[in-house]
Amino acid sequence: MNAKTLKKGKGILQRKNAIALFSMMLPGLIYLLVNNYVPMAGLVIAFKRYDFSKGMWASEWCGLSNFTYLFKTKDALNIIRNTVLYNFGFIVLGTVLAVAVAIMLNFLKGKLSKKIYQTLILIPYLVSMVIVSYIVYGFLSTESGFLNNMLVGFGGESISWYTQSKYWPYILTIVYLWKSFGYTSILYYATVIGIDSALYEAAAIDGAGRWKQVWHVTLPGLKTTIITMVLLSVGRMFFSDFGLFYQVPMHSGLLADVTDTIDVYVYKGLTQLNDIGRSSAAGFLQSVLGFMLIVVVNYIVRKLDKDSALF
Amino acid sequence: MVSHNKTEQVCLHFIFVLLCIAAVAPFVLLISSSLTEEAALMQHGYGFFPKKFSMYAYEYLFQSGGKIIKGLGITVGVTLFGTVASVLITVLFAYPLSRKELPARNFFSFAIFFTMLFNGGLVPTYMMYTQNLHIKNTIWALIVPSLLMNAFYVIMMRSFFTSSIPDSLVEAARIDGAGEYRILFQVVMPLSKPMVATISLMIGLGYWNDWMNSLYYITEERLYSLQAILNNIINNITFLQSSSQSGAAAAVATMPSTGIRMAIAVIGILPILCIYPFFQKYFVKGIVVGGVKG
Repeated sequence: MNAKTLKKGKGILQRKNAIALFSMMLPGLIYLLVNNYVPMAGLVIAFKRYDFSKGMWASEWCGLSNFTYLFKTKDALNIIRNTVLYNFGFIVLGTVLAVAVAIMLNFLKGKLSKKIYQTLILIPYLVSMVIVSYIVYGFLSTESGFLNNMLVGFGGESISWYTQSKYWPYILTIVYLWKSFGYTSILYYATVIGIDSALYEAAAIDGAGRWKQVWHVTLPGLKTTIITMVLLSVGRMFFSDFGLFYQVPMHSGLLADVTDTIDVYVYKGLTQLNDIGRSSAAGFLQSVLGFMLIVVVNYIVRKLDKDSALF
Repeated sequence: MVSHNKTEQVCLHFIFVLLCIAAVAPFVLLISSSLTEEAALMQHGYGFFPKKFSMYAYEYLFQSGGKIIKGLGITVGVTLFGTVASVLITVLFAYPLSRKELPARNFFSFAIFFTMLFNGGLVPTYMMYTQNLHIKNTIWALIVPSLLMNAFYVIMMRSFFTSSIPDSLVEAARIDGAGEYRILFQVVMPLSKPMVATISLMIGLGYWNDWMNSLYYITEERLYSLQAILNNIINNITFLQSSSQSGAAAAVATMPSTGIRMAIAVIGILPILCIYPFFQKYFVKGIVVGGVKG
């Protein structure tokens, strides 16, 4: 067999392999096309007057009227404000708490207790928001909630939590932190344990106490991870956890001013109010602004530290 | 070695015990409430210790609650089927992406990556699934929309294949005459067990906990999963709070009572809490590799 036929044989084999590889990807590709790319094209619905009988593709164009209609109400600014402000609070408090927990976990002696603590703080992350809303209800229910029992028990008056919006920014923040702190702590902990322990020894020899060690060794070691994680969350600034804002307040209409985020608004408009126009306009803004934000954020991460960039 | 001193250790343990209590105590409230006698609940409300112990809620659920058992069945079935299908699609998509022989490899990688940055959102997705694919009120509604619930798993899996499976191994199998499918399932997969286990657990957890697909696409009670049943109870409470008093009183009587409601929620988390300690390692790994770029 000469070199030429050998090469030809190899070429056929390669093509056969390529076809096999393609066939493996086929289910995934079809799925992506249907589940992701068709809905992307479907965003055009925001520029149409939706007609049930014609469906999403054949409805008439209506220019920007859905958007002007959306911004005529005070809803638009309200849901954007809620989404952005909650995210801002979550990012700041969540990061501080998680970094603190991760650092403390690292200074803890004893493998077993470390593992037990890690296991336990992660549990809230594993349950669904529906279950969380039941737990919250156990605390806040007007007649039988644990908090009201305590209040009454100490001679106070019971509070109708689900009708008074002033408490909910705090409640939602606590629930968010409770559910997520174990998860984010473990993420940061993975970086903390990677910090060279010789650095601590050197700092200790130089006379640095615990706080100085944290300040001069741990935090600099965590810097990249913190920046990346924070910027990635900033890139998701226009998105919210639908379950947290819809289920946990038990869809109480009286709380809508402080609990409606973009995701909740889009859902309500689509399924309950039949207000497809405004709903799709809000959804369009979320998708497009969200995309632009993540591209900008990634550009910044790239400038700061190329390896941490998402793309 | 990081140095330790005793006072500091005591303080740290103290803080962590508090954190663990904060994480776990709410579940104790839930479980304890489900084990409290209904009359005691009415009188004293929810508490961390059953004032009067009773298994009534669970007996009731398993005797007369055909709905709950059916819901549990749907949840288990959807979780098993969905996880297997989803892991299969993920692995079959990730493996070719890790092979240099694949033409237009970058294009396909980008196709999946882009879905992490941009998506159509709820309105177009909902319309496509209900009007073009007609999955409303079918069992597929609980499975299909979450099949690639996180494009990141594909990318994780691809990175794992690229970094941990030596090219020479695949090449050797190929020279022995093995086709791509055989190489994937008989050579590559056995070496990737920990990673596949990690992804399977995360996907399985997602299916078990999923309530959004039921909320969006299921209106018929016969297809209610456990989470959907729980969700439906909340809807009823909300509805009653907003409706007239006289009608509400009648409806309250037919609704799952205070303790039973909590018992359904406990059934929803118990399986997770039971298997979690044994797979803790994989969950932690899934979080660490899945959370930050791998």
